[in-house]
Amino acid sequence: MEVNPEELKERIENGIPGSSAEVTGDGHHFNAVVSARAFNGLSRIAQHRLVYDVFGSELGERIHALSIKTRTADE
Amino acid sequence: MSENPMRDAIQSAIDENPVLLFMKGTPEQPACGFSARTVAVLQSLGQPFAAVDVLPDPRIRQELSELSQWPTIPQLFVEGELVGGCDIVMEMYQSGELQKTLGVESPQGEEQAPAEPEVAQREAPPLSIENKL
Repeated sequence: MEVNPEELKERIENGIPGSSAEVTGDGHHFNAVVSARAFNGLSRIAQHRLVYDVFGSELGERIHALSIKTRTADE
Repeated sequence: MSENPMRDAIQSAIDENPVLLFMKGTPEQPACGFSARTVAVLQSLGQPFAAVDVLPDPRIRQELSELSQWPTIPQLFVEGELVGGCDIVMEMYQSGELQKTLGVESPQGEEQAPAEPEVAQREAPPLSIENKL
């Protein structure tokens, strides 16, 4: 079943308080640009982990590939 | 020693190779676009690196992700630390941070032939995660 980018956007925004996300994709491969105050002071690794954690084991399975760019809320 | 030879073998590879890329396929024949892009960045910097193909045994990827707390492949380790996957490596390359992390000069403007990736061939760990370069 194809995944709707809008679903990913909503789940990111619900999963990371205060975040806003833009997600594009073809149903299998997605690009997400996520801004969140929660990213402030975190390394990129830690920022990306917060996004990955929203989807857990769905990554690589239902969500075949997810490219992430993170921004702190100030950027 | 834990009772998990695969985990131990992965940790040893991370400890022993200053620049190590876990990828799908090999640098010569990447099996995934994200792995291919990451290899291309390292090669464009003339950065020697060791590579481990995660595809031959699904346990490699499973144990690696548990160890690194990182769900996707590729994963680049420098001096034992996870630097990131394809997205982070690309972003750091564009900003120049990757070059600093690796201690290499950006090739732009300089005459610099892309070096052949150096292959760090290790003795075969228990579950043969040695790279196949």
